[in-house]
Amino acid sequence: MELYSGNEAIARGAYEGGVSFAAGYPGTPSTEILENLSDYKEVNSQWSPNEKVALEVGMGASLGGARTLVTMKHVGLNVAADPLFTAAYTGVNAGLVILVADDPSMHSSQNEQDSRYYARSSLIPMLEPSDSQEAKEYLKEALKLSEDFDTPVLLRMTTRISHSKTKVELSDRTKIPIRTYEKDIAKYVMLPQNARQKRLNLLERMRRLEDFVNTYHLNQVEEAGGEIGIITSGITYQHAKEVFKAASFLKLGMVYPLPFGLIESFVKGKKSVYVVEELEPFLEDAIKAHGIKVLGKELVPRVGELSPDILRDSFSLPKGDSTSAIETPLPPRPPLMCPGCPHRGVFHSLNKLKLTVMGDIGCYTLGALAPFEAMDTCLAMGAGVGMALGFEKATSANLGKAVAVIGDSTFVHSGITPLIDIVYNKGASTVIILDNRITAMTGRQDHPGTGRTLMGEETRALDFMKLAEAIGVGSIRTIDPYDLKQTLTTIKEETEKDEPSVIITTRPCALILSEKETPFSIDKKSCTRCLSCLKVGCPAISFDKAKGLSIDANVCIGCGVCAKVCKFSAILEVDS
Amino acid sequence: MIDKGAILLVGVGGQGITLATKIVSLALLKSGFDVKVSEIHGMAQRGGSVYGMVRFGKEVYSPIISQGEADILMAFELLEAARWLIYLKPGGELILGEQTISPMPVLLGKMDYPSDLISQLKDKTEKLLTLNAEELAFELGGLKFANMITLGTLKERLPITQSAWEDAIEESIPERFIEINMKAFELGRKQIMMRGG
Repeated sequence: MELYSGNEAIARGAYEGGVSFAAGYPGTPSTEILENLSDYKEVNSQWSPNEKVALEVGMGASLGGARTLVTMKHVGLNVAADPLFTAAYTGVNAGLVILVADDPSMHSSQNEQDSRYYARSSLIPMLEPSDSQEAKEYLKEALKLSEDFDTPVLLRMTTRISHSKTKVELSDRTKIPIRTYEKDIAKYVMLPQNARQKRLNLLERMRRLEDFVNTYHLNQVEEAGGEIGIITSGITYQHAKEVFKAASFLKLGMVYPLPFGLIESFVKGKKSVYVVEELEPFLEDAIKAHGIKVLGKELVPRVGELSPDILRDSFSLPKGDSTSAIETPLPPRPPLMCPGCPHRGVFHSLNKLKLTVMGDIGCYTLGALAPFEAMDTCLAMGAGVGMALGFEKATSANLGKAVAVIGDSTFVHSGITPLIDIVYNKGASTVIILDNRITAMTGRQDHPGTGRTLMGEETRALDFMKLAEAIGVGSIRTIDPYDLKQTLTTIKEETEKDEPSVIITTRPCALILSEKETPFSIDKKSCTRCLSCLKVGCPAISFDKAKGLSIDANVCIGCGVCAKVCKFSAILEVDS
Repeated sequence: MIDKGAILLVGVGGQGITLATKIVSLALLKSGFDVKVSEIHGMAQRGGSVYGMVRFGKEVYSPIISQGEADILMAFELLEAARWLIYLKPGGELILGEQTISPMPVLLGKMDYPSDLISQLKDKTEKLLTLNAEELAFELGGLKFANMITLGTLKERLPITQSAWEDAIEESIPERFIEINMKAFELGRKQIMMRGG
């Protein structure tokens, strides 16, 4: 018996289920699936540049005959939505499972969308496990469904399933032979005349699935004999089991399509049946539309993660006593840029230059927080580059006022096409690529720019300078973000030009550095307490009204950015 | 011996909460319990407030600890102890590593790090064990051992066998660091003994 996170369990399920190819793009809470899967040498796993590519590579692998897993977070499925909808038409060759991990409460995301709607709108069946053991088994079930019904299958996780650890019993890997590929133009070439037929086939497949689910063993009834029934799925099942001890349960392992026959028989004879689900009223709306009387979002919140306590509140049930809270207001602890983070120098300069900064998704989104507050937007992966162009196009008064900042991995994900747009449509935007040589936010994954694959092999690294040159960017420069003067001057010069510019930073993420430099300390005699060093927002530097400024030598990694900000030469290397 | 319970480990990203959570949960599993663990990865890890929730018993459903449910609140940082105090069961025990790490509003001088937290924590808890894990860790060779020292205090408090603890530590730590971490763990356990905990 092992204790596995949901993500580890999915990786194990892929291994046991005979998956031999996997692709994805890192995104919390899904990232650790492929990281763990890459430890199983029988599965060829890869990071793709983005989720759309991952799904397309995955479709290719399925056609090529390999059982395939594709992983992404909820917003990644938006990127992959184009091939998704048509993959429902073509179906698969070997089993194809698309794993999507939602992030209720937005622990590490820009929105709280409910991916279950993708299943309904693309007509692709979706399974939802409630713990790690189920995650592992459902993955294998999904592979089987995919092959039995000739369809991709969605497997939905949420943060609390992905990152919670529960007991898992391991099995051996089933050896699945690679299927032969047979050319089938009517099945795989979605010309309108073929697609019209496949659309009919898709609806016929849905009718077969709708019959099948009523007796599917993943949908389980736990009859307790009382008057109260709970219809639920996923992690919410576990919370509800804590709270409604005497209720009967219908636990849905497949959340699309729904087993209406089973639901009707479950509801029969019960006084009240509640649909308890996280986020949107996805199950509830469908059940009500089917004419079945249930209650749901009348009681249960639509926002954020659920928990046993939230359910107790929703149903006016008593909660246990707790230790009383501290009376003093407690300072919040927002996440912050690490000591030595190379983004610091860029955001310090952007703050000084008072530019409009079109931001993006990554650690550097923290540049929007104090003390930098040097970011105006964060919308979607790669969005800042296109938004910078649009901002300039709105009025000539905006020319030279906006820049885009985007990380290396995010740039590869979806920053390249909007950069082409800037050149093509004669913009003059400045795009700053924060190239820290890693996908940092999600826990340091390789990407096409790092020169290494997920399986740990050396590969050809994407050259951002040559890429920008080939796109037609006239002005391309590199900067050392630890050199504040160069950083400030370069950004200023490039934004003043009336042509597109690309600036690439050259310092790696502080978390991938193997060694620290000599730490710095504050010379109390020279320090005037002007507090300008606090403006670099480094967790190693603190200010106390009584003791003045100090640098924690255990935290400082010696990047020296604070020393360059100090006008009084009061920040010195510890040795000197 | 207790047969079910909840342990909440809290602190700041980078303090080794994830590792400590992994060891105690594995040790409980190896002692025959059903165990569920909840933790959050991602953006919060960048110096933010982090936690590890461990629930164990014969059969566990939700991985989330409710307010007032934790039998033990193990805090690696003072402000985080204060923040999560309401999760402690009345009569439960607070194990407090006295390290303080200032969050950004304090570093910037915009808010004060509350000065009376220890006295408030004393007033509000029935059982409080404080230990200066930071100082002990430096004696052992570095701040990175503070989490294992703090974890060592759990040894006498949970229904976990000696061999389950040892196996859990061995499975969670690279081989060459096992000996020193075992030493840190024992050091933590002795702190309790010395204080009659």
